[in-house]
Amino acid sequence: MARTTAKRIANVKNFAIFGLIPLMIFALVLVTPFIRGIFYTFTDWNGFEYEEFVGFANYEASLADETFWQAIWMTFGYVGASLVLVNLVGFTLALLVTIPMRGANLLRTAFFVPNLIGGVILGLIWQFLFDQALPTISENLSLPIFQENWLLKPETAFWSLVIVTVWQMSGYMMIIYVTGLMSIEKDVLEAALIDGSTGWRTLTQIKIPLMASAFTISLFLTLRNTFMAYDVNLALTGGGPYRSTELISLHVFKEAFGFGFFGTGQSQAVLMFLIIAVAAITQVIISKRTEVQR
Amino acid sequence: MKRQRAINRVLFAIGAVFALLYAFPFFMVLLNSFKEKRAIRNDPLALPDEWLFENYLEAAQKMDYWISLGNSILITVLSVSAIIVVSSMLAYYLARTKTKFSAVTFLILVSSMIVPFQALMIPFVGLFGSLGMLASQPALVFFYVGFGVAMSTFLYHGFIKNIPTELDEAASIDGASAFATFRRIIFPMLNPVTATVAIINALWIWNDYLLPSLVLTQEQRTLPLRTYVFYGTYTSDYGLAMAGLVISIIPIIAFYFLMQKQIIAGVSAGAVK
Repeated sequence: MARTTAKRIANVKNFAIFGLIPLMIFALVLVTPFIRGIFYTFTDWNGFEYEEFVGFANYEASLADETFWQAIWMTFGYVGASLVLVNLVGFTLALLVTIPMRGANLLRTAFFVPNLIGGVILGLIWQFLFDQALPTISENLSLPIFQENWLLKPETAFWSLVIVTVWQMSGYMMIIYVTGLMSIEKDVLEAALIDGSTGWRTLTQIKIPLMASAFTISLFLTLRNTFMAYDVNLALTGGGPYRSTELISLHVFKEAFGFGFFGTGQSQAVLMFLIIAVAAITQVIISKRTEVQR
Repeated sequence: MKRQRAINRVLFAIGAVFALLYAFPFFMVLLNSFKEKRAIRNDPLALPDEWLFENYLEAAQKMDYWISLGNSILITVLSVSAIIVVSSMLAYYLARTKTKFSAVTFLILVSSMIVPFQALMIPFVGLFGSLGMLASQPALVFFYVGFGVAMSTFLYHGFIKNIPTELDEAASIDGASAFATFRRIIFPMLNPVTATVAIINALWIWNDYLLPSLVLTQEQRTLPLRTYVFYGTYTSDYGLAMAGLVISIIPIIAFYFLMQKQIIAGVSAGAVK
């Protein structure tokens, strides 16, 4: 009895020394606004105060908002295209830079550098490219592609967003895939070679299954980062032309701080959180299941 | 074997072409930062007739480069240091205490990692605006600790739970207090994780746009904020705008070349865990 009490006192003391301050900051900065935010969506909150509860009125208004649906479909398209392309390119780059050759490290740096730089600056760089450099270059060299500014048409503006995202994120995924490739034991690959397995077969039947966890991680990170994407969207297209490339994040921002619709803005933000949570959990479950089966 | 080597050479050439494509945007920005507007209009690929280094001086002056660089360094260094102290201590507590409370706390921390900032951004501005905590650099550091603590605690936790508790016990028998045990024995052993935590958080905070754009006043602006505003203002004067982009990229590239090994190791360790 005395021993458990003493242990309990020591525990409380340790909590006071090590746990209290970090958890208070966490609770104040992250948990409080998050819970308040959910609460506000059921009231007539105007950004500062609320007077009464309004039930699901904010959510109904959000779902009736066509621009919100447009942002959602846009985001799904963007996430889907990026998920495939970022990882396809990232994995290909990982295969290329793991070839035992002098200069591989230089290639690695070239692929990774865009990831070091913030989305806003990357967006500005590409704004210049699409808007100024590429049209002139295409014209001078009479190339058919980029002659028109890609940011001025909804269709091409969408793909320019995807291009910049692939450029930004594939180097990061490459690093994760390289780690995965390196973790495969040499003996296994030698055994495969002796058994007469060819390059393609070794890749699909042995390497990829053995590094399945690298795919789980990369897909998860791409999913999370693209669903939350804001910086590149803001700096590259600003959501334009005519709000056609507005992703959820930017939409929520404009809804609240641009138009002052705090109630619907916040309920759309909560819906965004739910979508991300469901997508992330589903993806992890599916990936884990395939990992185990193999 | 010979055939394999030939194939490798071809693949490597493909890789090199890819690398040139990846570097092309930077090359365009760098090249055109030395030109005047008309030269950019005519041919973005051509070398400048006359190298306009003045673009750099003007850009640095107009975007208050040194002040924004100072702001960025100050906020990044303070936030990263605070995150390291706070999360290593919290992780030590959570890893060493086997109670329901610590298990639940850890679970909440981990699940908070999928909450996007946008989901709480609007009430965040309302709450801290009414507390008078916006428009302040120390408050921004405080916020970064709040948003960064979950991920960093998670990284530390994974490492600390593999350190045998016998070490703590031996220290406590020798009369060391709990804090001294942590400070002198545990924390020095965490160096590899501390490097990872420092790098991941430094890259995030250095490049962050949304949070500081909500918190900081004009004079307090960090480099990305200042660059964005500057680019918007001088969007017709491309040479100047390009010079602005170059000088806002230089610090992080320099940091990368100084710490290349640690950054690659940190980024992959942080992702894989």
